[in-house]
Amino acid sequence: MTVAPKREDYDVVVIGAGPAGLAAAATSAEAGLSTLLLDENIGPGGQVFRAISSTPVTERNQLGADYWVGADLVQSLRASGAEVIQRAIVWSLDRNLDIAVSIGGASAFVKAKRVILATGALERPFPIPGWTLPGVMTAGAAQTMLKSSGLVPDGRTVIAGQGPLLWLLAAQILRLGGRIDRILDTTQRGNYFAALPHAFAFLTSPYFAKGLSMMREVKAKVQVVSGVTELAASGDGQLASVSYVAGGKRETIPADLLLLHQGVVPNVNLAMSAGIEHRWDDLQLCWSPVLDASGNSSVAGIAIAGDGAGIGGANAAVVRGRIAARAAVEALAPAAAAKLPAMATLRSDLAKAERGRVFLDTLFRPAPQFRIPSGDTIVCRCEEVTAKDVLDSVAIGATGPNQLKAYRRTGMGPCQGRLCGLTVTELMAQARGKTPQEIGYYRLRAPVKPITLAELAAVPKSEADIKAVVRG
Amino acid sequence: MRTDYDVAVVGGGLLGSAIAWGLGRLGKKVAVLDEGDITKRASRANFALVWVQSKGLGMPAYTVWTVQASQAWGRLASELKQQTGLDVALQQNGGFHLTLGEDEFGQRTELVKRMHNQVGAADYKMEMLRPSEVKKALPLIGPEVSGGSYCPLDGHVNSLRTFRAFHTGFIAFGIDYFPERPVSAISKSGGEFRLTTPQGELRAAKVVLAAGNANQTLAPMVGLFAPMGPTRGQVVVTERTVPFLPHPLTTIRQTDEGTVMIGDSKEDELDDRTLKPSISGVMADRAQRMFPHLARLNVVRNWSGIRVMPQDGFPIYDQSETHPGAFVACCHSGVTLASNHAFEIARMVAQGALEPELVGAFSASRFGGAGAANSSGY
Amino acid sequence: MFRRSEQDKRPEVQIFVDGVAVAARQGDTVSAALLASGVDARRSTAVSGAPRLPYCMMGVCFDCLVTIDGVGNRQGCLVPVAEGMRIEIQKGKREIGK
Repeated sequence: MTVAPKREDYDVVVIGAGPAGLAAAATSAEAGLSTLLLDENIGPGGQVFRAISSTPVTERNQLGADYWVGADLVQSLRASGAEVIQRAIVWSLDRNLDIAVSIGGASAFVKAKRVILATGALERPFPIPGWTLPGVMTAGAAQTMLKSSGLVPDGRTVIAGQGPLLWLLAAQILRLGGRIDRILDTTQRGNYFAALPHAFAFLTSPYFAKGLSMMREVKAKVQVVSGVTELAASGDGQLASVSYVAGGKRETIPADLLLLHQGVVPNVNLAMSAGIEHRWDDLQLCWSPVLDASGNSSVAGIAIAGDGAGIGGANAAVVRGRIAARAAVEALAPAAAAKLPAMATLRSDLAKAERGRVFLDTLFRPAPQFRIPSGDTIVCRCEEVTAKDVLDSVAIGATGPNQLKAYRRTGMGPCQGRLCGLTVTELMAQARGKTPQEIGYYRLRAPVKPITLAELAAVPKSEADIKAVVRG
Repeated sequence: MRTDYDVAVVGGGLLGSAIAWGLGRLGKKVAVLDEGDITKRASRANFALVWVQSKGLGMPAYTVWTVQASQAWGRLASELKQQTGLDVALQQNGGFHLTLGEDEFGQRTELVKRMHNQVGAADYKMEMLRPSEVKKALPLIGPEVSGGSYCPLDGHVNSLRTFRAFHTGFIAFGIDYFPERPVSAISKSGGEFRLTTPQGELRAAKVVLAAGNANQTLAPMVGLFAPMGPTRGQVVVTERTVPFLPHPLTTIRQTDEGTVMIGDSKEDELDDRTLKPSISGVMADRAQRMFPHLARLNVVRNWSGIRVMPQDGFPIYDQSETHPGAFVACCHSGVTLASNHAFEIARMVAQGALEPELVGAFSASRFGGAGAANSSGY
Repeated sequence: MFRRSEQDKRPEVQIFVDGVAVAARQGDTVSAALLASGVDARRSTAVSGAPRLPYCMMGVCFDCLVTIDGVGNRQGCLVPVAEGMRIEIQKGKREIGK
């Protein structure tokens, strides 16, 4: 049942089968390049098209037309002849474009002429008091269960946060007959004014009409509290209540499930571990790779497409995937590139897809108090390190995330900083009066996902490798 | 910035921190100048052993110095606990070096014999054990283990927590810690040292160079010599598991948190941003042969670090003839020797002179200009 | 906390959670099946023993760690259920031989 890669060398290896990866792999394989698509999930689709080939939600309107676009992408991929391996966990990628991938508990090693990283995004950490309690999840988690297993909340459910995904999820839950007791909107009032100058682009983007009708649909059925400035979950070993402040008034409501969301950020672990340069993005408040117009990174041969290249949404991801793949085709098989859409066409498609993004980024810029926690609120979920612990370390000399590890073990657990990295950077930047760029990020290394010791032990070794360890 | 310090310590890693803490403990006014978040720091890339066995082949004084450090560690741990409330999890119930196959067992037996025969070295009761005896202490060893050496003085500690404890202790001792302040020049005039940093000059009556491999460049500024031969090591770290390893090994230890650290490799490399998975593979393979149940554990981290390694592998402690009041200290075993650095080296620096009977053998004059082959037994 | 949509027509798959039979559906991940089942699936952390349930369901948070068919610390949100699969809720650090 486990399928190892058929070859040792590929023209193009695409990592991640979300919108960008599906488009990139299909484009590359159609052009005749030997193409391998590796994906961690059970089926293709990434997060936005999760379970596109297997969802039990058959009433198409419930998930929305934007979701089913994914089915066409998967169909193109299947027709393209690209080799696809699911449940394949890439744990190492280096500057030589050597890739180590764990499939069914055994590692395979492949080499690529070009790598297209399409590892997408993850939800921005939402470190509020009580966010580690059972019963507190991300909105994306609920959406994953909804798409892949047709599961909907049925206890007392509160959704808190902001951003387009939050409204989409709420609409989907309601369409499937799920329960939502209250929506706590944390969008800062000031953001509406800040976003105003970018409104024209947004009004003429596809997001506008869809977003508006979705919000109307949800607001007709659920009590929405806007202007939420404080948020906390509490309970004894299990979520029992959510308390919040809106308009200066505190309220506490009983809850079994709290779904949090304040946007998504690039999933940088694999890219950073490969040594790709990233810069702090002051608008999106996250690390984004430094890329050229074709998605090429600072490491020769590695391009990044999709939300991993900076958040742009699914439509932009598809186009970025095609651009990166076209660039690979131009480099490896120039003659075949003629059959593909022209780069100029793709770039104009991208501009169209990215229209309105600045408005969204500005409007849904998360408030500082939801990004930079204080006191006993947990920052690092794995090692259970609080904001106060981080600040205490700064007080005795911790300068950045890597020194902080030495003081407190932040980021040293199994998630490898994915759930605390941004918080740590911003918290330390604030405490030290520096920019996040100056503070920096964890130094990430392979394995970027855990593999067993036996699997690591099975890596091919040379005499020199053995001599470096067995020294008598 | 304050300019009136008794001592400026250049380097805020484990070695510099131990000396600075020790000086603060003696009531000295101390400044510690350190680099920033990204620099080659052995203090956060070490194996945390407080280790005696096999150290000092070729230099009996190093054995004596190491045994002394091992014996003083308990006092250091308890003083740190008392001062900061931090338990550095010192455990000194003996440690093993396990061998796989008869060849390795034979080689280790030879080494133990040579150590015993060395004149002038302290006796630290290192002995060879067969698998049946090893199994009594380490019940989970696998069938490929051919035995190993055991030394009752060996142990380990939580080195990251030790680092944090020193830095926490700085506050109580009134030690000023200045990170992100690399020293680019040192001169002496008017009876005091002037250290140039990007944020300005810092003045102190004495200076201790504890900057790891950077000592090689700093030492000549004050008439000292620190020939370094840096090497890279890799470590594999697993997720937390229930306690299974009651004694540390040279190549495997279980931290008090529950993670399993697996070492250790040695390459002539200087880049700690990269590592070789194939070398980690050798380490992982040996670990699972020593303890078969480890095979199923997940590896959560794998890193490389640059060792601070004087060219012949032995520590360098020296004082300047041309610039009295300038000292240099560098060694590979910053964890093992932390107690000596905190108590002995700090005391000697405070009184203004190194004591030849204790550390005379570690003067860089032994190099006579050219580095000898590495034979520290590491 | 969650319930299944009526339109879900996927075949049932029986798994065992700490020895108790639980009905899952083909295509569920272990974590989704646990959350849908109503059983108390809270693990306790290896650091403080605090109770946790899955947080992200997309393979990044490691709060869904669970013992599957005798192998500990697996990411339940990435593993599909299979007939007869044995799930154990983890308490604390990973145990020897699991």
